Amino acid sequence: MAEEPNLNETILKVEDAHTFIGHHHILQGVSFEAKADAVTVLIGRNGAGKSTTLRTVMGLLPASQGKILYNGKEIQHKRPYKIARMGIGFVPEDMGIFANLTVEENMRVAMLVEDEAASQRLARTLEMFKDLKKFWKAQAGILSGGQKQMLAIARAIVNETSLLLIDEPSKGLAPIIVDALIEAINQIKEHSVVVLVEQNFYMASSVGDHYYILDDGRTVHNGKMTDLEDNDELKSRYLGISKVAPNVS
Amino acid sequence: MSETAIKRWNKELTIVGAVILFMLPLLGIPVKTYLTLTIAGLAMGMLLFLIASGVSIIFGLMDVLNFAHGALFAWGAYVGFSVFGRLREWVDAESVLQNFGVFLVAILAAMAAVAVLGIILERVIVRRVYGNHLFQILITFGATIVLVELIRVFWGPNDEVMTVPQTFRGNWDIFDIIIAKYRVICIFIGIAVYTVIQLILKKTKIGTIVRAGVENLEMVQAMGHNIFLLFTGVFAVGAGLAALGGLSMSIFSLQVYPDMGSTYLLFAFIVVIIGGLGSVTGSLVGALIVGLSYNYVAYLVPWAAAGVNIIIMIIILLIRPTGLFAAGK
Repeated sequence: MAEEPNLNETILKVEDAHTFIGHHHILQGVSFEAKADAVTVLIGRNGAGKSTTLRTVMGLLPASQGKILYNGKEIQHKRPYKIARMGIGFVPEDMGIFANLTVEENMRVAMLVEDEAASQRLARTLEMFKDLKKFWKAQAGILSGGQKQMLAIARAIVNETSLLLIDEPSKGLAPIIVDALIEAINQIKEHSVVVLVEQNFYMASSVGDHYYILDDGRTVHNGKMTDLEDNDELKSRYLGISKVAPNVS
Repeated sequence: MSETAIKRWNKELTIVGAVILFMLPLLGIPVKTYLTLTIAGLAMGMLLFLIASGVSIIFGLMDVLNFAHGALFAWGAYVGFSVFGRLREWVDAESVLQNFGVFLVAILAAMAAVAVLGIILERVIVRRVYGNHLFQILITFGATIVLVELIRVFWGPNDEVMTVPQTFRGNWDIFDIIIAKYRVICIFIGIAVYTVIQLILKKTKIGTIVRAGVENLEMVQAMGHNIFLLFTGVFAVGAGLAALGGLSMSIFSLQVYPDMGSTYLLFAFIVVIIGGLGSVTGSLVGALIVGLSYNYVAYLVPWAAAGVNIIIMIIILLIRPTGLFAAGK
């Protein structure tokens, strides 16, 4: 069962995680912490290992080395379904929507228990994502990109989730939808600890409290998000964000 | 024209095309014979559906190519054969109740025994080769040899004549249309099994999880569902369906023999390829296409009967490589 996070407590601690995909050594020493009172953002360029990190935490990829501690317990050798049942929700990069199932069926698959408390959480979740109510009986495959993302997040928080891992929620979405997602994540962080992988710096800085920069499968920098916003050198070197527009001749 | 209208138009066009194809054999077959062949084709289709649906669900959900499915089919036939042998008096009795009673006992015994066999197979052998199709083919082919040899050990190497409960024997003659009684029973068995599977898949939580797993297994795990338990359950159900198919087919063909599974497994793979992997409705439609076309062509051009299904399969693969009703991955 999920446990209520205490402020300032480290909920998730990843220590020197290494992960292989086939023969490729993708994570070569990722370390970070997610604290109970904060949204932790993993940022970095394409191929830095951000998504692989979340998949390793979730047990979908095995960590060949290092430790992953959730509420002080090692989880790196546990199967994904056991990790999920400990109260960790996961929203993958491709959203993982069951397109041939209805929105209702998608939510039903996600609900591990169907009791009074679960019904209340479902009602609260649908209140947050009103569009899902409108398309409740529709096939999830017909939803727009933003609605699919909302469904993916709704599925992840409908259980008693104390840690939520979200992989690039703003990818491919219109700015207005990104703003709605920012609002939703700000609401979710009142109940759950959030670890967010994000390339969209606007979104990352809007919801993030702490950041970790990943580069070539390693954690290379971390700190408070407010500090990163002011650090043009770091943003330019690791995120490719430049204040000065390039000369086009 | 809107996308919905195009889809509806396509659907209507498909139905009209299917009806025309279905009626086409009437050009060369007298109506009464056509109706007899249709009943025979539907019955054969329903029996193929029983074996193909298991293959389809197991591949769709677990991505496992189970070549041992044919051996499980043969085991179902032999367990039923033994039950009929033990309860011979009920088989030969004039009582409809006793005849259906022994049939039901044989079905339950065959499905239960083969489901247990399926669980052992999945836990001991198949689980070790998830994700590797080549190993799956080799290891399940090896399991087939073992299972077929075990049939020879327990029941002997010779072909046996399958006894048929009294009520299922003979034909009805309705306005000169000859309808074999057991074929009608086969059609009802197929409809009942399809309905039960659909109800489980559509109306129960476990069924919804299976459908979700066919689309995205990784996500189902990440949602807290123990997929290994799910795999074992689905494998057992698939094995049970193969057993039901084997028993029903042995009564249909009036014989049991150790290698009978390999003959029908080929048909099952054709059905699954036509219908689309992972779709139960696809298996039903594919099985009916195979059953009907086999019977019509066997009457019109007997030498071409075996090849017609291969031709249909090739045509469908060219037009729609994922099969008629492929479940989304």
